[in-house]
Amino acid sequence: MSEALFFQEMTEEQKYEQFMKRINAGEKIEADDWMPEDYRMTLIKLISMHGISEIMGALPEKEWVPKAPSLKRKLGIMAKVQDEMGHGQLLLRVAEDLMKPLGKTREDIMQDLFSGKLKFHNVFHMEAPTWGDAGLIGWLVDGAAIITQTNMLNASYGPYARALKRICAEEVFHAQHGEAIIMALAEGTEEQKVMVQEAVNRWWEALLMFFGPGDASTTGTSKQDTTIKYRIRTKTNEDLRQDFFTKYIPRVLSLGLKLPDETMHFDQDQELWVYRQPDWNKFKDIIKNNGPKSQERLGLRRKAYETNKWVHEALNTAN
Amino acid sequence: MTEPVNKMPIDAKVMPALTSLLYQLADDDFILAYRGSEWLGLAPHIEEDVAFSSISQDTMGHAAMFYQLLEDLGEGKVDSLAHARKAAERRNAVLLEAVNGPGHYLSAAQYDWAFAVARNYFYIQSKKIRLDSLKNSSYQPLAELALKVNMELYYHLLHWKTWFIQLMQAGGEARTRMEAAVGKVLADFEGVITLGPLAKDMADHGLIEPEEVLKQRWLLIMKPVFESINLAVSEADLAMKNGNGRIGEHTADLDAALATLSEVYNINPAASW
Repeated sequence: MSEALFFQEMTEEQKYEQFMKRINAGEKIEADDWMPEDYRMTLIKLISMHGISEIMGALPEKEWVPKAPSLKRKLGIMAKVQDEMGHGQLLLRVAEDLMKPLGKTREDIMQDLFSGKLKFHNVFHMEAPTWGDAGLIGWLVDGAAIITQTNMLNASYGPYARALKRICAEEVFHAQHGEAIIMALAEGTEEQKVMVQEAVNRWWEALLMFFGPGDASTTGTSKQDTTIKYRIRTKTNEDLRQDFFTKYIPRVLSLGLKLPDETMHFDQDQELWVYRQPDWNKFKDIIKNNGPKSQERLGLRRKAYETNKWVHEALNTAN
Repeated sequence: MTEPVNKMPIDAKVMPALTSLLYQLADDDFILAYRGSEWLGLAPHIEEDVAFSSISQDTMGHAAMFYQLLEDLGEGKVDSLAHARKAAERRNAVLLEAVNGPGHYLSAAQYDWAFAVARNYFYIQSKKIRLDSLKNSSYQPLAELALKVNMELYYHLLHWKTWFIQLMQAGGEARTRMEAAVGKVLADFEGVITLGPLAKDMADHGLIEPEEVLKQRWLLIMKPVFESINLAVSEADLAMKNGNGRIGEHTADLDAALATLSEVYNINPAASW
């Protein structure tokens, strides 16, 4: 009681200092704890974007769920995409708790998605025209996601860190599911080999972009400094991209696939992968919903939202 | 342990009825699970997307198990049974192949949730009755499978029944849409109930109870539900408006569905995917 009173008497500055002390000591912040506005806003942006990306991420794969080429693959990809929707739900619940003091709900998240205010991940704006893309998304996009999410497993915000633990465990299965599809193709007929190489070529640039720009000079803004300061993540975008290369380049090559960047190599002196930068202007454009499939996928979601409006109304009447 | 029973020789007289029954069970679940997978990402809310896709996944799993029994009987490989058979060879009820609504699953989909709820609820109830009966099937592998599948059906049924009653009771637009959907489902529900031309043989061989018994059971179970929501449904409402799938009669909806679901498989049916 006295401690609570004492806390109320603190100035904002003192509260902030105590907050920073807590997170620097490795303590977890919970939904009802005091937090700086900046921290709350950063988390809302990060987690709602993550959540909605899981949901929009179901759409490029959705294309291949009914078309999967065997019963086993049909069952595998159904389970995989269901998991992604589940992650979306879990993350939106975390974001909703953070938004509550602002008087906002999931309805606002959906409206922000439709209006373009809430962005979703660059990779999910891209085309997935073959079964090879379905495999590649599972293998390398989920593989990249594991790397960025593992980086936040110890996030200072407890509810997010806990959600990520479950998500990462499932993502490992997804990456294995994707790898199995890719391996079958890479060891298959000529046509199947071409299919997987074309998928790698098509997704290469989007995969580089996945981790975000190296620093703010590339695209004008970057939240990575803020998220590192608040102990939401530890590594920079470039660190993560390098980790991805280290993990996946040998695997890509061992399957007999070619890298679409002939300049790519590991520089022993710097201990860094040297690669050709993607077009970051294109990146900015893509996440503004101007990617090849942005409008179609948003349109699909929007249409479903409108078509199901009567269901929402009926449920509201019933409750 | 003894050898699996399905490896035992089966009386040749039983085979036509047995395979006919298995094709119906497998094809029904396969095509409905496919329709369910088209809904992915388009359900009324995210929680429902997760639940519905879980149900579709179970249903696809059941189809795979029924196809496996057919493979064990020498009918061909499961993937060929699921992907390579033409519409005229399929034995699913026509109701289950009908599109989810206007539009395509990738663009401009305007899927009808009322139809999804009515179709799935009525079908799952009938599937539950069928599988309860199959628990006593004279064909042991089928009886064992029925036991396994039945556990999942409890949740499927609970799910769709909850939706059905809630939307029916909501009144207004929801009631109007739901009544229209019920009409559409009943107009082809006889096609779900029927076990086809070999129904009598199936019953005589003890594979499953007689069709009429199963039908009356469905009507009996549904009656209090219909009464609770003031919906008048009689036996005479059950019809087979768009054909009898059990004898290979199908609609253009099935042709389009088969083209989509076997698109990748058909690139090279012999390849390993």
